[in-house]
Amino acid sequence: MSESARIASASSLGVMATLRRGVQISPQIVQGIGWTLALAVLAAAGRVVVPLAVQGTVDDGILAEGGPDAGRVATMVGLAAGALVLAGLCSALVNVRLVQRTEAGLATLRVRAFRHVHDLATLTQSTERRGALVSRVTTDVDTISLFVQWGGIMLLVSSLQILVATALMAVYSWQLTLVVWACFVPLYLVLRFGQRHVNAAFTRVRERVGSMLAAISEAVVGAETVRAYGVGARTGRRIDAAIEDARGSQGRAMRLVATTFSSGTLISNLALAAVVVVGAHLGVGGALTAGQVVAFLFLVQLFTGPVQMATEILNELQNAVAGWRRVLAVVETPVEVADAEDAVTSPRGPAQVSLRGVRFAYPGGPEVLHGVDLDLPAQSKVAVVGQTGSGKTTVAKLVARLMDPTAGEVLLDGTDLRAVSLASLRERVVLVPQEGFLFDGTVLQNAAYGLRDLESLGGAQDPRVRERVAGAFEVLGLTDWVDDLGQGLDTPVGQRGEALSAGERQLVAIARAYLAEPDLLVLDEATSAVDPATEVRIARALDSLTTGRTTITIAHRLSTAEASDLVVVVDAGHVVELGSHEELARAGGVYARMHASWVAQTR
Amino acid sequence: MPPGATPEPPDRPTALTGSRLRRSLQLMGRGMAASPRTYVLAVLASALFGAATVAVSRAVGWATDTVVVPAVAGDTAARGRIGEAGLVLAAVAATLAFSVWGRRVWAGWGYVNVGARHRRRLASAYLRLPMSWHRAHPAGQLLAHASSDVEAATGVFNPLPFALGVLVMIAVATVMLLLTDPWLALAALVVIPLTIVANIVFQRYMTPAVTRAQQLRGEVADVAHESFEAALLVKSLGTAGREEERFARSTDALRAANVRVGTVRALFDPVIDLLPNLGTLLVLAVGAWRASTGAVGPGDVVTAGYLLTVMAVPVRAFGWVLGELPRGLVGYERIARVVDQRAALEPGTQRLPQGEGGLAVRLEGVGLDVPGATSQDAGRQVTLLDDVTLDVAPGSTVAVVGTTGAGKTTLVSLLSRLSDPSRGRVLLDGVDARSLAAGELPAQVALVTQATFVFEDTVRGNVTLAEPGDTTFSDEEVWEALRVARLDEVVRALPEGLDAPLGERGANLSGGQRQRLAVARALVRRPRLLVLDDATSAVDPRVEQEILRGFEHSASTTVVMVAYRMSSVALADTVVHLAGGRVVDVGTHEELLARDPGYRDIATAYEVETRRRERAAADALDDEAAREAAEQDAEADEEAVS
Repeated sequence: MSESARIASASSLGVMATLRRGVQISPQIVQGIGWTLALAVLAAAGRVVVPLAVQGTVDDGILAEGGPDAGRVATMVGLAAGALVLAGLCSALVNVRLVQRTEAGLATLRVRAFRHVHDLATLTQSTERRGALVSRVTTDVDTISLFVQWGGIMLLVSSLQILVATALMAVYSWQLTLVVWACFVPLYLVLRFGQRHVNAAFTRVRERVGSMLAAISEAVVGAETVRAYGVGARTGRRIDAAIEDARGSQGRAMRLVATTFSSGTLISNLALAAVVVVGAHLGVGGALTAGQVVAFLFLVQLFTGPVQMATEILNELQNAVAGWRRVLAVVETPVEVADAEDAVTSPRGPAQVSLRGVRFAYPGGPEVLHGVDLDLPAQSKVAVVGQTGSGKTTVAKLVARLMDPTAGEVLLDGTDLRAVSLASLRERVVLVPQEGFLFDGTVLQNAAYGLRDLESLGGAQDPRVRERVAGAFEVLGLTDWVDDLGQGLDTPVGQRGEALSAGERQLVAIARAYLAEPDLLVLDEATSAVDPATEVRIARALDSLTTGRTTITIAHRLSTAEASDLVVVVDAGHVVELGSHEELARAGGVYARMHASWVAQTR
Repeated sequence: MPPGATPEPPDRPTALTGSRLRRSLQLMGRGMAASPRTYVLAVLASALFGAATVAVSRAVGWATDTVVVPAVAGDTAARGRIGEAGLVLAAVAATLAFSVWGRRVWAGWGYVNVGARHRRRLASAYLRLPMSWHRAHPAGQLLAHASSDVEAATGVFNPLPFALGVLVMIAVATVMLLLTDPWLALAALVVIPLTIVANIVFQRYMTPAVTRAQQLRGEVADVAHESFEAALLVKSLGTAGREEERFARSTDALRAANVRVGTVRALFDPVIDLLPNLGTLLVLAVGAWRASTGAVGPGDVVTAGYLLTVMAVPVRAFGWVLGELPRGLVGYERIARVVDQRAALEPGTQRLPQGEGGLAVRLEGVGLDVPGATSQDAGRQVTLLDDVTLDVAPGSTVAVVGTTGAGKTTLVSLLSRLSDPSRGRVLLDGVDARSLAAGELPAQVALVTQATFVFEDTVRGNVTLAEPGDTTFSDEEVWEALRVARLDEVVRALPEGLDAPLGERGANLSGGQRQRLAVARALVRRPRLLVLDDATSAVDPRVEQEILRGFEHSASTTVVMVAYRMSSVALADTVVHLAGGRVVDVGTHEELLARDPGYRDIATAYEVETRRRERAAADALDDEAAREAAEQDAEADEEAVS
């Protein structure tokens, strides 16, 4: 794997393909579309009927021979008003139906994209900014939602209105109808050409807006560093530059949209001029009466109105499609660490891990593991030690299948990890990373997150959950620490756990992993920020608990190695030593030197 | 506000005041006042559009009456003018198209300007407000202010110039109608109060619906943000399903809220559409009556009716403005709440004495209380630090040692004035940290926190934190800092070296590399006070030793560090043992070992553990031997029995 999958900034699908794919993922959007269309036809008909009725009223009522006929006018006005109200009702119904169906469909899309982000391989996840990923499931979807709420109905009604107006025009004069349509051929070309640019411009806008939000997020997430180094002004300038960038791209998109839209206006009115000229000539030639030409001029305006409206909406559609493409790009990103088709469930029980000729290189980087062979017996305590950059963390990630080796295989109880279903793997193997991430909630809620049966227990509020969490902290020897917190287990940890210190976050993370009851626990520097006394206490607690469980610990602090059954020494991507602490300490090799220096540091 | 304005709270509150109408007008007025030229052009173009729209219909009427009809009837002079009529119509069409272009472009620019202004103000508030405020506000919500709330607050500015331009058109039409016939005018204008009534009803339903939708939008962003940040945890525990459910719940709440907004709007839109049309019909009905009594000519009725028809679409622009206003007010108010926040650690005016040596640090009876973080115990105070008095001599190295959760981070963060103590004073070279002028502290104090924040910038930018082109730090100095932090080789291996971009949050660096980057960032500024908050936990012990030894005999830097490695602690001149937010003892490592049992527990934990384990192993061996012996005895017994 020299190159991991990246999340494209936008899907490469065309407009129609995007809509098709979008509807495929959100089938609710087209549910009951038949009725919606039927109602839309009525609404569109209403829009055409009213101006016709007005025209009729004027011609036959007010300008009637022998003076205005008030009674006739009243009747026609009444009928038109009725048609108007009916059409309004149909519009309202169409709107409601569209909103309901689309929002349901977009909710599905949001959840699908969200889930896909979690399913992506860790390496893929880290190719994209978190903030930008968030905007894919929030603002990008909002763009589609806004379009459907404002533009969807208009597009539908306008298209139908164009059809109705064309039919009426054709009844009066097919020649003039051809003239009108001929006028719109250049508009079609302009739009085709322009829309590609509009499209690109909106894609650019979304990218720039994404970068801008990422820049603003530095002021939020990096608040502490910004203050400690007094770089508020600099950060502000960087944000302002990003805002200006986004503004510039928006301005350019606006100009393009204005140009395409105003060319629609221009051509619509030029069509009117053409009808006057051609119509007059046709009239002179005797093909049309003056009345027909006048009536036709009226119909042309019924036609050009919705055409301009549709041009406008098509522009907004581009914006929505750009948003849609960005969301679809997430869903389309291949999941590199995925279940095989014939994935097997790995049965629970003592876990034995083997590495066979394992090689690994990070995308675009040099190889960091050069053929590692290892056998880690079930129920053993294994310590993996080595200098920074030796590849020991990579071993941990491969064992937990956060990524797959470039060559060779990692076996769990003799089965290649790639053949094991991820669900059963995650149940058996739990990795505790160095940065103990906590959710904004209480200590209790965070520790309970590890419980496999949390949902069936009724969530973190359940007294049985509290009991088990309290039990876990007690077994780990952390009850004193919990009691010292302001509100014990109910102490809020703040966003990302920042109300606690790094060490305290690690304590909660350990309790959380403990409650997950894995068969194989992989601790990747999981207690690096904890004080020695507490670390020793936890290590001892884990020792007594890991009976029946395999533990792999990656550590700088060699106290872990002293207590383990097997020490694996990794150096420059190779396993250089393997044995018990006593053996290796006596052997006088890499480990003996590391240990001696460790002892010197701690005394 | 020009780009790059210094983060200062706005002079007058940003929040809108008064009745809803007043606030709506303020919202629009302030937005337009911020880019007056753009809006003048946009409104002028829009007015031109109104005039050109009327001109088109007048021109069509003129062409019909004076060219087409006579020409078809056989008037040869009229036949000769057919081309002329076409040209006139084309000219009007071009004017109309230009007015549309201008209105769109300038209205669009105005719209993006208003949005950019909101974002600048939000960012400057985020930079200005203190850490305590940040800790109380989830990042997802703050980002939602900059995205969806700004979008909501600016939505109204898109149709606004259109509506204002149309106002000119309406004014002209009203005068024309009044001059024709008051009854006809009344019939035409009755639409306006009806529109206002419809709008009041609309707002009543729309405002709560939009408020809720915006709030839920923020929540969805929050859940997504947190969950994506937890991606590694979610993966390693295999809880993607649980996260999906959590996100689906908030998404569904948002869906329901959006449907509610959409439904209200779906019902209101046709009403707004309906009113001008009904107005036209009313004019015809009233006009027919007035014409039948001879008060007005039939032509006047036709003109009036026609005027209303032409205006039907532009008047919709008002509908759009009115429709966007509730959302706009909600979004604006959410932004204003942040921008108007005044809580800040106000800088003082004093300067630190310029010395060559390290800073003298003195804490006098320092205590820090924070309000309980949950709403149910809002009144309750949690004491993080209490009665801490401490003297750190210039140029010395002090280690702060204590168990996890003892308050070490809180204590050292006071030295960089990330927060102020609730009681007591923090004195740097005798000057209260609160009275120091802005920029004084960061110039002389460097804090390296546990979690390193990496900016999306180059390696050089992340070390110097200077503007591109700023030569405060030479490349040599940057390399030297990287060398001391032991990051130089990693950087040298990057193809672009110092100019290599580091991804968001330094995703392409390992934890230890990020920490070393932070150390280099601190070192390059040659601070007089270096505060290391367990800053090297992910760094190789040898590297940590080398870094610290560099300061051992240097009088130019005072070092205050939170550390766990005894080898590092042993390098300190003084050790402070902190427990439960209080100072237990101060002295040298040896002194504390001798007299402070709590300290001894921490300092000798590994040693004691190693000895315990060795004993346990020996005991186990003995046990095993004993068991084996016992088993042999038993076997012997059994054999004896059989």
